[in-house]
Amino acid sequence: MSATSWGWLVLAFPLAGMLVIALGWKVLPDRVAGWIGSAAIGGAFASAIAMLIDLQDQPEEARSLVDSAWTYASTAGFSVDMSILVDPLSVMMCLIVSGVSFLIHVYSVAYMESDRSYKRFFAYLNFFVFSMLLLVLAANFVLLIVGWAFVGAASYLLISFWYRRTTATKAGIKAFVINVIGDVGLVIGAFLLFDATGALDYAGVFADVGTAFSHNDGQLVAACLLLLVGAFAKSAQLPLHTWLPDAMEGPTPVSSLIHAATMVTAGVYLIARMHPLFEQAPAAADISAVIGTLTLFVAASIALVMTDLKRAIAYSTMSQIGYMILGVSVFAYSAGMFHLMTHAFFKALLFMGAGSVIAAMANEQSLDKMGGFRKAMPFTYATFTAGALALAGFPLTSGFFSKDEILAYTINRGDWFVALAVVGYITAFLTAIYAFRLVFRVFHGEPSEQARELEGGHLAHAEPFNPATGEAEDTEAGFPGPEHHIAEREGAMKAAMGPLALLAIFAGFVQIPGVTDVIEKFLEPTFAGSHYVHDHPSDSAEYMGMAVGALISIAGILVAARIYLWRPGTSAKLQERFAPLHTLLSNKWYFDEAYDLGVVRPMTALGRFGRTVIESSFVQGFLVGGTVGIVRAGSSFARSIQTGELRAYAAVLLLGLSAIVLYFLIVAS
Amino acid sequence: MDISWFIVLSAFIFCIGAAGVMTRRSPLVILLCLELMLNAGNLALIAFSRMVGNVEGQIFALIVMVVAACEVVIGLGIIVAMYRRKLPIDVDDMAELRG
Amino acid sequence: MFFEQLLFFIAGGGAIAGAVGVVLLRNPFFSVLALVAHLISLAVLFLLLTAAFLAAAQVVVYAGAVMVLYVFVVAYVGGSDDELRPETAGPLAAIGPIFAAALLIELVIAVVGSGLSLLDSTGAKVGDDFGSPAAIGDALLTKFLLPFEAASFLLLIAAVGAVVLARKRRGLHEPADAISVADVLRSEPPAGSQKEAIG
Repeated sequence: MSATSWGWLVLAFPLAGMLVIALGWKVLPDRVAGWIGSAAIGGAFASAIAMLIDLQDQPEEARSLVDSAWTYASTAGFSVDMSILVDPLSVMMCLIVSGVSFLIHVYSVAYMESDRSYKRFFAYLNFFVFSMLLLVLAANFVLLIVGWAFVGAASYLLISFWYRRTTATKAGIKAFVINVIGDVGLVIGAFLLFDATGALDYAGVFADVGTAFSHNDGQLVAACLLLLVGAFAKSAQLPLHTWLPDAMEGPTPVSSLIHAATMVTAGVYLIARMHPLFEQAPAAADISAVIGTLTLFVAASIALVMTDLKRAIAYSTMSQIGYMILGVSVFAYSAGMFHLMTHAFFKALLFMGAGSVIAAMANEQSLDKMGGFRKAMPFTYATFTAGALALAGFPLTSGFFSKDEILAYTINRGDWFVALAVVGYITAFLTAIYAFRLVFRVFHGEPSEQARELEGGHLAHAEPFNPATGEAEDTEAGFPGPEHHIAEREGAMKAAMGPLALLAIFAGFVQIPGVTDVIEKFLEPTFAGSHYVHDHPSDSAEYMGMAVGALISIAGILVAARIYLWRPGTSAKLQERFAPLHTLLSNKWYFDEAYDLGVVRPMTALGRFGRTVIESSFVQGFLVGGTVGIVRAGSSFARSIQTGELRAYAAVLLLGLSAIVLYFLIVAS
Repeated sequence: MDISWFIVLSAFIFCIGAAGVMTRRSPLVILLCLELMLNAGNLALIAFSRMVGNVEGQIFALIVMVVAACEVVIGLGIIVAMYRRKLPIDVDDMAELRG
Repeated sequence: MFFEQLLFFIAGGGAIAGAVGVVLLRNPFFSVLALVAHLISLAVLFLLLTAAFLAAAQVVVYAGAVMVLYVFVVAYVGGSDDELRPETAGPLAAIGPIFAAALLIELVIAVVGSGLSLLDSTGAKVGDDFGSPAAIGDALLTKFLLPFEAASFLLLIAAVGAVVLARKRRGLHEPADAISVADVLRSEPPAGSQKEAIG
C-alpha cells in the first residue's frame, strides 16, 4: 500500500469510529463505545506509522505525495479535488495528533466513566480527531478550510459538552465566535492567494509565489496577515485568545486533547505549511513573531496569579504556543515543530494530572483549596512533576531542548529579534516559576481535607456543583457524572499518563543540537525550498543558549520553591506589595473587559437599534405597513367605483368606449 | 349627400342618446335613449350597406330592430313589475349592486 | 340631387330635433312622442339610402308597434322627472354630456379623417332592386336563414318573458282571494240583474 493509501486510512479510522458510535449509541454499552473510539484512533496511529515508513522509503526529492479521491468542483479554469498531501510535515502532525489522541482516549475511557453522555463524548472526540487529521492532511485550501471549520465545530461541541451548565455553553459560544473570525480571515486570505495565483492547491500556489508576488508584495502581505488571523484565532494568540481560558469549562480530557496538544497547534502548522508565502512576505512573518512574543509574555504573567488549576495550565498553553509561533515566524521550522511535539506530550500530561487531582477534590478546581496531595497520589505527583519539569525547561527534559532551540534560532536572526529572544528567556524564567507554583501548591504543603481523606483510602465526595460559580447541579446527562476517577485507581489512566511522562522527559533526545537531529532531517524535504532553513545557529551558540536556559529554569524553580514551599506566606506579602500589578494580572490584562466595551456593547446596541428602529419602525411599519396601506387604499378606491348606480356604470362604459376609439385614432394616424 | 354625412349624423344621434342615458333618472326615458342609440347604429349600418353595395348591412339592421323590440318588451315588463310592487321608478334608488 | 340634399337636411334636422327632445323633455310622454318623430325622420333617411323595405319596417314595426307599447306603459306607470328634481341629479348630469361630446368629437374625427374613399361618394353602383323587399327576402331566406330563425326564436322568448314578468305573483296574496270551485257551486246562480253584474 502506498503512503497515500495509508493516509486515507488515517482519515477513515476516526470517521468510522465516530459513525459507529454515533449511529449505534442506543445499542452499544458504554465501555464498548469507549474502546471502539480508542481503537479507531489506535488504527489511525498505526496507519500513520505505516504512512511514515512508506514515506521514508521514497527518495528525498519525492517525499511530497498528493493523492486525490475525487474532484470536488470543476469549472472553467480550475478544479478542486478531495486530495491529501503526504509529506514529512503532515506525517509528523498525524503522528503527534493520533498518538496523543490515542492516549487521551484511553485516559477518557476511565475518567469519564460515570458520565451519562459517555458515548456522545467519544463520538465527539473521534469527530474531532478526524477533523484535525483532515486539516493536517489537506492538500488544498478548500479541504484545509473544511477541516479548520470542522475542528472549530468539534471544539464547540466538546467545550459545551456539559450543556446544562450555562457557563459551559457560554464558553462554547465564545470559542466558536472567535474561531469564526479566524475562519473568515483564513477564507479571505485563501481567496486573495487564489486571485493572484489562480490555484487553490498548495503545489500550485507555492509554485507561483515567486512569480505572482514581489518581495513583501502588498496583496501577499495582506493574504498572509489574514491567514495569521485564522492562525491566531485557532491558536489563542493575542488578541484572539480570550476563548481559551473559558474553554476549560469542558471536561479535562477535552482540555488535554484539544486545548493543549492538537487544535491550538493548528495555527503553528498553518504558518509552517505556508512557509513559502511567509518567506516571500517577511513583513507578515515579523508581525507574527512579535505577536507570538507578546502572547508568550502576557500569558505567562497571567498564569502566575491564576487560582483555577485548569485555567493556569491553559494560560501556560497559550504561552508555549507563543513560543511555537515565534519559532515558525523566525523561520526555525524544525525547532517550532519540535517544540509542538514536546509540548503536546508534557501539556497533555499536565492536564491529565490536573484531571486526576480535580477528581480527588470532588470537582473543586481552585488552587486555594488544594494542598499536600504528595502522599495520597504518588503516581499523579510523579507524572505531574515530570510534566512540570519539561514545561519549565529543566535541563535534559524535552521542553528544555525544544524551547532553547527556538530561542537560539531567534537570536541567530539578529537585529531586533534578539529583543524577542530576551523576552523569551525572561518568560522562560516566569514559566519555571508558575509551573512549580502549581506543583508546590497542589502536592506540597499542608494536606487539604480531601488529601487527608484520600490518604485514609477514601475518595472525597461532595454535592455536585459548578466549579466556576459554585451553584449546585445534578448528575444527569448534561452535567458531570456522579463518580470521580483518579489515576491511582484506574489502570487506563495510568496507562495513558505513564508513556506521556516518559516522553516528556526523554523525547528531547531526538534533537540534541550537534548530536542528533532527527526532526530536522525528517522535515527537511518539506522545507527544502526555504531560503532560511539552512541558516543554523552555530553549535556553540546553541550550547550557550542551552546553558542560559538551564540556569534560568533552575533559578525559576528555586524561586518558586522559596515562595511557595519554604516560606509560605511570601506570596500573600508579594500580592500586597504589588497590588496594582496583581490586579492587572488577575483580571487577565482586562482583555475581556476591553472586548466587552469595544465589541460586545456596540454590537448589542446595534442589534437593539436594528430590532427597534429598522425592524419595527422601518420594515414592519413603513415597508410592510406601507405596502398594506397602499394596497388597502387602492382596493378601497377600486371599491368606490362600485356605486351600484346605473348611470355611473353607463358613464364608465362610455368613457371606456371613448378611450378605445381614441386609441385606434392615435394608432391609425 | 355623401355617405360620410349619414355617418356623422349617426354619431350625433348616438352621442345624444348616450348623454341621455347618463343624465335621465327615469328608467323609461333611459330605455328611450337606448332606442336612440340603437337607431343610430341602424342608420350607420344602412349607410355602409349603401356604400358597399351589399344588402347584408340592411339585414343586420333588420335583426337589430328585432332585438330592440325584444329588449323593449322585457324592459317595459320589468318597469311594470316594479310599478306594481310600489317601488320607486328611479334608477338612482336601485343601487343593490353597490359594493 | 338638390332635392335629395334638401330632403336629407330636413330629415336630419327632424331626427336630431327628435333626439334632443327625447333627452330634454321632462314629461316621459312627450319624450315618447319625440322619439316617434325621430323614428319617422329616420325612415325618410333610410329611403334616401335606397333601403325601401327597412324604411317601411321602421315605420310599421318600430314607430307603429314598439312605440305604441311605450305609450301604453307610460300611461300606466306615468310619473315624471319633476318629483325627482328637488334632489340633486348628481355630478353625472354635468359630466355625462361632456363624455358624450368627447365621444362625438372622436367619432367625427374618425369619419372625416378616414381613409375610406367611398365615404366621400354617394356609394357604390347598385341595381334598381337594391333594398327592395324581394332582395331582403331573398337574403333572409338563403344566406341569412339562421339569423332569421334565431331572431324569431328570440321574439318567442321575449314574449314568454313578458308574460312571466307581468303576471300576478301567487304567494303574495292571501289564499282567500282565490276562487275555488266549491264556492261557485255553493253560491246562487246569478239572476242577471245589473246590480249583480256590477257588484
